Amino acid sequence: MRTMQHITATAAIGLCALLGAGLQASAQIKIGSVLSVTGPASFLGDPEKKTLEIYVDEINAKGGVNGQKLQLIVYDDAGNANNARTFATRLVEEDKIDVMVGGSTTGSTLAMIPVFEDAKIPFISLAGAIQIIEPVHKWVFKTPHTDKMACEKIFADLKNRKLTTIAMISGTDAFGKSMRDQCVAVAPKAGITIATEETYGPRDSDMTPQLTNIRNKAGVLAVVNPGFGQGPAIVTRNYQQLGIKLPLYQSHGVASKQFIELAGPAAEGVRLPAAALLIADKLPSKDPQKPVVVNYTRTYQQKSGQAVSTFGGHAYDGLMILVQAMQRAKSADKAKVRDEIEKTKGYIGTGGIVNMSATDHMGLDLSAFHMLEIKGGDWTLVPGT
Amino acid sequence: MSLRARLETRLLPAILVAAIVIILPLFFPSAYYYRIGALVFIFALAVVGLNLLMGFAGQVSLGHAGFVGIGAYSAAIGPVHFGAPSWLCLLAGAILSGAVAFAVGRPILRLKGHYLAVATLGFGLLVAIVLTNEASWTGGPDGMSVPALTLFGWRVHGSDAWYWVSGATFVGGFLLAFNLMESPTGRALQAIHDSEIAARVLGIDVARAKLTIFIISAVYASVAGSYLALFNGLVTPDEAGFLRSIELVAMVVLGGMGSIFGSLVGAAVLVVLPQVLTVFHEYEQALLGLIVMVFMIFLRQGIVPSVTVALAGWRK
Amino acid sequence: MAELLQFVFSGLTVGAIYALVALGFTLIYNASDIINFAQGEFVMLGGMTTVFMALAGVPLPLAALIAIIVTTCIGLALHRFAIEPARGASPVALIMITIGASVFLRGVAQIVFDKRFHSLPPLFGADSIQFGGAAILPQSLVVLAGATVIVILLWLFVERTLLGKAVIATAANRLAARLIGIDTRRIVDFSFAVSAAIGAIAGILVTPITLTSYDVGTLLALKGFAAAMLGGIGSPLGAVIGGILIGMIEALSAGYLSSSYKDAVAFLIILVVLVAMPQGLFGRVKVERV
Repeated sequence: MRTMQHITATAAIGLCALLGAGLQASAQIKIGSVLSVTGPASFLGDPEKKTLEIYVDEINAKGGVNGQKLQLIVYDDAGNANNARTFATRLVEEDKIDVMVGGSTTGSTLAMIPVFEDAKIPFISLAGAIQIIEPVHKWVFKTPHTDKMACEKIFADLKNRKLTTIAMISGTDAFGKSMRDQCVAVAPKAGITIATEETYGPRDSDMTPQLTNIRNKAGVLAVVNPGFGQGPAIVTRNYQQLGIKLPLYQSHGVASKQFIELAGPAAEGVRLPAAALLIADKLPSKDPQKPVVVNYTRTYQQKSGQAVSTFGGHAYDGLMILVQAMQRAKSADKAKVRDEIEKTKGYIGTGGIVNMSATDHMGLDLSAFHMLEIKGGDWTLVPGT
Repeated sequence: MSLRARLETRLLPAILVAAIVIILPLFFPSAYYYRIGALVFIFALAVVGLNLLMGFAGQVSLGHAGFVGIGAYSAAIGPVHFGAPSWLCLLAGAILSGAVAFAVGRPILRLKGHYLAVATLGFGLLVAIVLTNEASWTGGPDGMSVPALTLFGWRVHGSDAWYWVSGATFVGGFLLAFNLMESPTGRALQAIHDSEIAARVLGIDVARAKLTIFIISAVYASVAGSYLALFNGLVTPDEAGFLRSIELVAMVVLGGMGSIFGSLVGAAVLVVLPQVLTVFHEYEQALLGLIVMVFMIFLRQGIVPSVTVALAGWRK
Repeated sequence: MAELLQFVFSGLTVGAIYALVALGFTLIYNASDIINFAQGEFVMLGGMTTVFMALAGVPLPLAALIAIIVTTCIGLALHRFAIEPARGASPVALIMITIGASVFLRGVAQIVFDKRFHSLPPLFGADSIQFGGAAILPQSLVVLAGATVIVILLWLFVERTLLGKAVIATAANRLAARLIGIDTRRIVDFSFAVSAAIGAIAGILVTPITLTSYDVGTLLALKGFAAAMLGGIGSPLGAVIGGILIGMIEALSAGYLSSSYKDAVAFLIILVVLVAMPQGLFGRVKVERV
């Protein structure tokens, strides 16, 4: 009986081992991607995946890159760093990709960096934290603005309006925590004092206790909310519910028009730093980013039926930087492509104008962020930012 | 029992598992498979421990990933904050997990059924929350990086190295578990599982037996967690999270509660299946749920026991 | 003083949500001893279906009704196709089936719906009611009222109707119930259907506060389950009290202690209560026959 059990188990395991086989073929350029399409970070990963798929199809329809078609291989890590690492290994060993764009969250990116550094494959990350590019890893780049930049932009605006004592209420998720840490680090140099801090869980439904504590703290002149997803919308609603009249600043994690829909009339007067993508139609016509963002907005909304999100924009930039680097290198050779990515100059994307170098693997500066204010249920550009 | 019979019961299964560990790589086309294999053995180690608790002692734990997290973060915090060598931190993590299991187990193991489930759930969540919040120690929600393990001067790095390390450890853990089940403690546990009151009447110290197995299962989970952290070079609070706990329980139930071999099968299925299902893209989640349901409806004892029974019946 | 009141209002808001979810666990448990981890998905389906029907142009009340009917059918299907065939399996196996079902429903929801967040308009407007220096949303009171109504209905059902007695009989001893002519399969069918309906109603009522997306179910089920156990599984009143208690603890911890640890404090207190009262607050003491 026991022996039967053992043989059965052995057979079952053998079957499992055989099931993992992968297929190969083709002279296509393989672009790998690991995104958080499901799970707590699907707010980031879903638009990223849609964007990559839409644009790989478009590029292939126009003939591909260097005469070769692109093959996109996307895996879903569900927001888990362990899965991300497994899929990164799979992309390198099994699918034998040429280049990599992905890593929706900082956690999954950090888990994957060793794999791509070891395999010497250029990796453009779509995550926000500054430690992805500081210290510089030879093969790792990123397209989104760092959370440090977001803090600097917000603090500059606060200083302008003479609101130098603030309170922060941040989400305990990785995005919120990372930005909160950066803001705390940057505040003294920017001349801002953080009088009090509160946190909330990313899936909480009511933040009135935290906001009540902030309201009761003397001397607070404005409130900053690092976070992403539904949290900021609920914070904004609660803010109005409690009748707090202080200026409220959201983060770039808010990322799309849906925030205004969800927060409703409470969103009036809220300011946040955002890429030009969110105000595509309101940019002055001579703004170099205008054609790019208008085009992307139109294409994305048409093909996916959803409003644009800056996270999707980062994926677009990542893909385009890769493609242009491959075109300049006239090949898909990993080392050559890497060198060309590092030489990216004057790339006009949805996130800003990118100028990379050997010491700067992101290439954006503060001018890539605009300060937006919500007026009349829509984004408006705060003049002079 | 004669020496031969004793050897057969205790050593044969371990030899079979060792054979699997050794022969499997012959079929591996690339390092990716080594990684999958290593992950299967690491999770299987945790699952064996949980199986001892759930399958043999009949106690439900929905928070076992908490111990995995303690082991994982010990391997991270020790070297980074205290400069201690990784293998020592692994040991320290196991001892810490055992101690925590002792402290937590004594009060909550008095609870029964769903109440015990909620209590263990609470424990797991508490560990995950502490790991997420105490960022100065743990790196917060983004986690922290883990220096590689060095054993006697050999830096354990790469999927193939970890395959052998985790495989060997699993064989050891497997043998230990088997021996445990054949020992007086093991038999006492099975008696408790069948009927707690009858066991008590027979003079078995029920509370102590349950606590012992709880501590043992915590140690198994802790070692698995440390391995996971050292293998990945990174640890995040997700490893202690609720979803991870449910995954472990699913591995136990799928493989077969009370079947130590089933632990390996359950771990193999739930590690390999998501990899296989990626071809289905957005249907991946729905299919996973469907497969779990179908398995539990038709192989409700778990894979290994059900298939064994079916084969034995067919032989007749 | 005003801030204590605000914390209490917050606790009531969140607690009522947990209470409503926790209620869904009680009926199924009462009829069949099963903990249905897919209960959170019923809540999600109620909210999301209503949202998408409304987006498709269906008037809101009708959309809500359709959502409740659809969810009820799914609950029924869950019992007929997943639980019934596995009758006789161990409790853990049955729980695993409901977990598989919850993963399945979530997987289908992300394909049929989408992965974004959505909201529903509140029943009585978005302006908060000011009272004693604190603000509470009218919708929070609606959720509380909903929970109260359901508890009363459940109590009436169990105490005053024959069907209700049949449910209790099925839970107490399935074989004996069948011996006296109760169609136990229909009873459990019924309990799944009603629990699904309760879940859907919960989803529709709480979405204006919590927002909804394809994966709201997981965390809500977790908290709802904890609330139901705290109150004593099987007791509707216990479920509501448990839910509100957890909500209050979270809000007061966030307000007075540390907002990062509010969930931890709540679970710690649950652990302490369970160790002191192993049957929960209002749970029936199980008599084990030897």
